[in-house]
Amino acid sequence: MLAEKYSIVSVVAQALRGQRGWKPVWREPEPRAEYDVVIVGGGGHGLATAWYLASQHGITSVAVLEKGYLGSGNVGRNTTIVRSNYLLPGNIPFYEHSLKLWEGLERDINYNAMVSQRGVLNLFHSDAQRDAYARRGNAMRLHGVDAELLDRDAVRRLYPFFDYDNARFPIQGGLLQPRGGTVRHDAVAWGYARAADRRGVDLIQNCEVTGIRVEGGRAVGVETGRGVIRARKIGLACAGNSSRVAAMAGLRLPIESHVLQAFVSEGIKPLVDGVVTFGAGHFYMSQSDKGGLVFGGDIDGYNSYAQRGNLPVVEDVCEGGMALMPGIGRLRLLRQWGGLMDMSMDGSPIIDRTPVEGLYLNAGWCYGGFKATPASGWCFAHLIARDAPHPVATAFRLDRFATGHLIDEKGAGAQPNLH
Amino acid sequence: MRIACPFCGPRGSEEYTYLGDATVRRPEGDAPSEAWFAYVYLRDNPAGRHRELWYHGAGCRSWLVVERDMRSHDILSVAPARDMALARGRAA
Ligand SMILES: Cc1cc2nc3c(=O)[nH]c(=O)nc-3n(C[C@H](O)[C@H](O)[C@H](O)COP(=O)(O)OP(=O)(O)OC[C@H]3O[C@@H](n4cnc5c(N)ncnc54)[C@H](O)[C@@H]3O)c2cc1C
Ligand SMILES: [Zn+2]
Repeated sequence: MLAEKYSIVSVVAQALRGQRGWKPVWREPEPRAEYDVVIVGGGGHGLATAWYLASQHGITSVAVLEKGYLGSGNVGRNTTIVRSNYLLPGNIPFYEHSLKLWEGLERDINYNAMVSQRGVLNLFHSDAQRDAYARRGNAMRLHGVDAELLDRDAVRRLYPFFDYDNARFPIQGGLLQPRGGTVRHDAVAWGYARAADRRGVDLIQNCEVTGIRVEGGRAVGVETGRGVIRARKIGLACAGNSSRVAAMAGLRLPIESHVLQAFVSEGIKPLVDGVVTFGAGHFYMSQSDKGGLVFGGDIDGYNSYAQRGNLPVVEDVCEGGMALMPGIGRLRLLRQWGGLMDMSMDGSPIIDRTPVEGLYLNAGWCYGGFKATPASGWCFAHLIARDAPHPVATAFRLDRFATGHLIDEKGAGAQPNLH
Repeated sequence: MRIACPFCGPRGSEEYTYLGDATVRRPEGDAPSEAWFAYVYLRDNPAGRHRELWYHGAGCRSWLVVERDMRSHDILSVAPARDMALARGRAA
C-alpha cells in the first residue's frame, strides 16, 4: 500500500475530516532475504541514496538498514544550514549541484522540507580575512555560484544589532551567499524516506548491521540483529560510525569520530533573518521558525562516540555569540545536544568504491554533510548503479590520501580536529 | 571532562590540547610509502578504549598519554608520554 500523494486537495480533504484520515507515511516491512542493493545507515545520505537509486536508476530492490529509528543520527541533530560557498575545484561543483537539488527537492519528493533560502553571511574582521573572502567569492562566481562581498555599511543595513566596533574584532564586512539558507532537517529524512518507500524501497528500522560477509574478495551480504541479508551491492552511509562499520570488512579509514554540539535558545520574536557566521571565533547562528536562536560552534576536538560534548565548548560558543551580538546576553539556552561526525583527514568527504568488490563507501562528511545530502545521495546512487563516479564527485576518492590529491579547504593538514 | 595530570593533578580538559591516537608509530625514513600513508592518515578510531596524546599547555607543558573510553569519556589512565617512550626503548 502506497502512502497518498500530498497536494492542496489532500490537505483540504483531511481538514474537512478533522485530520483523522492520514495514513502512515511509510510501511514497516520485514526484511527480505536478499536485495539488489542494501544501504547501511538510515540518515539523510542513506535515504537520499535509496530515493535516487529508485527514481533515477530504476533500482527498487533496495533496503535501507538503520540501527535506531530513521533520522536518529546527524540528519536530525544538525543546525540545518545549506550553502555552496566553497573554494576548491573538487568541492564547488559538488556543493553547487547539491544546492540546485535542494531548490527543486520539495517538488521532486512531494514533501514540504521548508527549504528557506534566507542567505548565508560570513563576517570578516580584518583586511587579511577580507582578502580571503574576496578570493573565495571570486572562485564561487567563476563557477557560476552566487556570492556578494558586502562592506560594513551593507552588513549593518541587514543586521543593525551586531557589535560593529568591538575593540578586538570590529566587523569590516561579509561574504554573502543569497541562495544559501536552511532546510528543516527532520523533514529531509522523512521526505526522502516516504518518497523511497513509495517506490518500493524497504526501510528497516531497529536493524543494526553487525557484520559484513565477504566471500572471495566480494561483499555478499550483511549480518544484522534481524538475520543475514544478502545483497549484490552494499553501500555504507553510516556517518560518525563509518570506521566501525568499514572495519567489519577489514578496512581502516582516514577518519576519526568527533562530537559537534548545537544549541537552541528560548523563542523570541523574529530578529535574525538569515544565517550568520562570526569570523573571529567559532560561532554561527540562525533563527528557527519557532523563534529559538540556533547556535553552533567548533567541534569539541577529541575522538568521541558519546553523542554528547563538554562544557568548554558551551562557554566558547556563548562567548562568540556575546562578542558578535551582546544583546543576546539575557537569553537562556533551552536545549543542547551533540552528534557524531566522521572527521576525515583532509576535511572532505569520500564517495567511492572500496578494495572489497561490491562494497561502496559514503563517509567523511565532517560538520558540513547536511547541505550535501541531496548531491551525496545523487552521486552515491550513480556510483552504485553504474560503477562509475558521478562527474561532480570524481575528486572524493578513497585513495586520494595515498596519492596526495587531498581536498583540504582549510590547509590544516592531516589533523582531523583542525578542519 | 577532567584529566588528572600526573604533575598538576585533575584539571579541566580546556587546559589541554588534543593531538590524537598515541599508538601510531612513525616509520623509519626509508620505509615504503604505504607505511608512511598508514602512519599519517589511517586510524583505528575504536568505539571503546583509545590511547591518545594530550598536551598540558596551560599547566606543566608535558605531553601525556591518556587512555579514555570513547563511548563514555571515562579516563582510564594517564601517564607522561616521555616515560612511555623511554619504556619502549626510544627517546621522547
Ligand atoms: C550538531 C551538528 C550540527 C551540524 N550542522 C550542520 C549544518 O548546519 N550544515 C551542514 O551541512 N551539516 C551540518 N552537520 C553535519 C551533518 O549533520 C552530517 O554531516 C550529515 O547529517 C551526515 O550524514 P547523514 O545524514 O547520513 O548522517 P546520519 O543521520 O548520522 O546517518 C547515519 C546513520 O547510520 C546509522 N548507523 C550507524 N552504524 C550503523 C550500523 N552498524 N547499522 C545500521 N545503521 C547504522 C546511524 O544510526 C545513523 O542513523 C552538523 C552535525 C552536527 C552533529
Ligand atoms: Zn600538568
